[in-house]
Amino acid sequence: MLKISLENLGKLFDAVAEKQTLYIPTDREDGAAEYRKYESGMKLSKNLNTLRSAKDFFFPQTENLADFKMEGKKIEVIDIREESEDFVVFGVRACDARSFTILDKVFLSEPVDSYYKNRRDHGTIVTMACTKPAETCFCGTFGIDPTAPEGDAACWSDGENLFIQANNEKGQAFIDSVVALLEDGDTAKLDEVKVKTKEILGKLPLANLSTEAFGGDTLMEHFKSEKWAELSESCLGCGTCTFVCPTCQCYDIKDFNTGHEIKRFRCWDSCMYSDFTKMAHGNIRNSQLERFRQRFMHKLVYFPSNNNGEFGCVGCGRCLSKCPISMNIVKVMKALEVK
Amino acid sequence: MQEAIISKAKQLLADGTVNRVIGWKKGEFAYDITPAIFESAEEIDADFVYDDFTSANVSKYLVKESKKEGKVLAFLKPCDTYSLNQLTKEHRVKRENIYVVGIPSDGKLDAEKIKAKGITGITGVEKDGDTLKISTIYGEETMPVAEAMSNKCLSCKSKKHVTYDELIGEDGEVIDSNRFGMVEELENMTSQERYDFWRNELSKCIRCNACRNVCPACTCENCVFDNPDSGVQNKAAADSFEENMFHIIRAFHVAGRCTDCGECSRVCPQNIPLHLLNRKFIKDINSLYGEYQAGADTTSRAPLNDYTQDDCEASIVHERGVE
Repeated sequence: MLKISLENLGKLFDAVAEKQTLYIPTDREDGAAEYRKYESGMKLSKNLNTLRSAKDFFFPQTENLADFKMEGKKIEVIDIREESEDFVVFGVRACDARSFTILDKVFLSEPVDSYYKNRRDHGTIVTMACTKPAETCFCGTFGIDPTAPEGDAACWSDGENLFIQANNEKGQAFIDSVVALLEDGDTAKLDEVKVKTKEILGKLPLANLSTEAFGGDTLMEHFKSEKWAELSESCLGCGTCTFVCPTCQCYDIKDFNTGHEIKRFRCWDSCMYSDFTKMAHGNIRNSQLERFRQRFMHKLVYFPSNNNGEFGCVGCGRCLSKCPISMNIVKVMKALEVK
Repeated sequence: MQEAIISKAKQLLADGTVNRVIGWKKGEFAYDITPAIFESAEEIDADFVYDDFTSANVSKYLVKESKKEGKVLAFLKPCDTYSLNQLTKEHRVKRENIYVVGIPSDGKLDAEKIKAKGITGITGVEKDGDTLKISTIYGEETMPVAEAMSNKCLSCKSKKHVTYDELIGEDGEVIDSNRFGMVEELENMTSQERYDFWRNELSKCIRCNACRNVCPACTCENCVFDNPDSGVQNKAAADSFEENMFHIIRAFHVAGRCTDCGECSRVCPQNIPLHLLNRKFIKDINSLYGEYQAGADTTSRAPLNDYTQDDCEASIVHERGVE
């Protein structure tokens, strides 16, 4: 397998950044990792994952869709779409890499979301295998192997070297663009690291979490469950879980009057918010119980029902760490699976 | 302490003083504790917890709970009692429907601070004097307890319960805290430095509203920022001005009512030190209108709602603005 010594990683980043925009996870002052545009000398974070997910690259929190100019009764619609530039996102974990597959099912099925597709077409995802999963990790529940991440190209570290392999043509093109810096490497030590990581995965506290009790055919059973009242009781109705989630994809579209034109923008929405799905006739989910239920039903029942059994969660564990009251999908699954 | 609290809860449920209990429910790990209602001794025995991670202030839940049938038992830490008092003063809770048992707190831990040390795979956390022993799937780790303490507890203002029906343990005293230290540091900056500090912090905001929703002083039935008819509703900041203004407006709205419980900064997923905005107001109120602690009582008039001839003049803004 092709490799580069970790000492030379900066050279690899420099070479990539010379040709296109590169984003890497890096530590900010408070120790949390976030994706930033690479500048020479920037260090790759050692954190397991970024605080915010990688979905921002393709589905940003807010984006303008179109502008309108009005003169009397004449309305001019201005298409502000611009072709995205090519970019590389490096260091994406296996959970976040899977989240793109889930988002693709929503945004790339007919009618195709051209804003999303534009970014997907121009972005190259280079993933990074995990070696030190956290107690909050449960990607295995959704069939994700963090030692073999998806993405256009995947990387592994054995502590000394970074190994890289393409998963598709886009990934191969990425490797070709930096091949001068790479050399053939022996993967004996890396294979040991993988075995060790797999052992750890088996020891994780959530290793046995199962999706068996969920899926499209469990709709009414779970929808009618009496447990939602207790589960949602202390929910603050904030949007933390949805906004750190790599797969939450609900959005709102609104018009903003700047005084001389209208900007139509889209922004992330949260099913936790009181005006979620509020329409002309009113709101179909008036209580926090209904909104809370929506989030988990969407990921565990509705999404698999519409997508050949695939669940809408990747087990990244961000909501487990970040919910202000520590209520999360794991607690919901464990409560609901008990008959 | 947990044992004493549990037996008190069961006793008050059994003798009919209350028909339910608000407290904390244990989670999957050592630290992921959820505020919860318990209705029976069985539920309490199964899941009730009071330990180093029960930092959530349950006072705000009492706005809803106190309007339900019967009396609810609330276990409140000293800082939580200030929040409840303030809610009582603002007629947001029915105090007569709440039975408060004051419980001591020697400071809570913040799991994020443990994780920030690179400690992961946490399966257990135990205090051993000044050392924190953390068991993980990767082996044992240790760190000083002080470094894992929740920020709000590091600048604790009071160990005294300002309202209770009953106490477990001895009551403490108001303490001389260091809570205005960071505010002073900000005051000593140039306006440009201060502006840069807040731009850097507030630009991290993802508008999740966790700070507002957890805040015991934020009890509007429908927040202006959630109301599509208000004209200022925003799920996304249209520009950096809005991004800043949400927090600044909120700080103004709770000025004189914020008890400095520290929940806003505790819950912020982006670690923005939002409590510093509120503390600046508290410090200013203290210096301009005389010492005042919101929530310390339920009867006094709040400085910003009261007029006295000694009140500072509006020109103070100009005078202070001169560098």
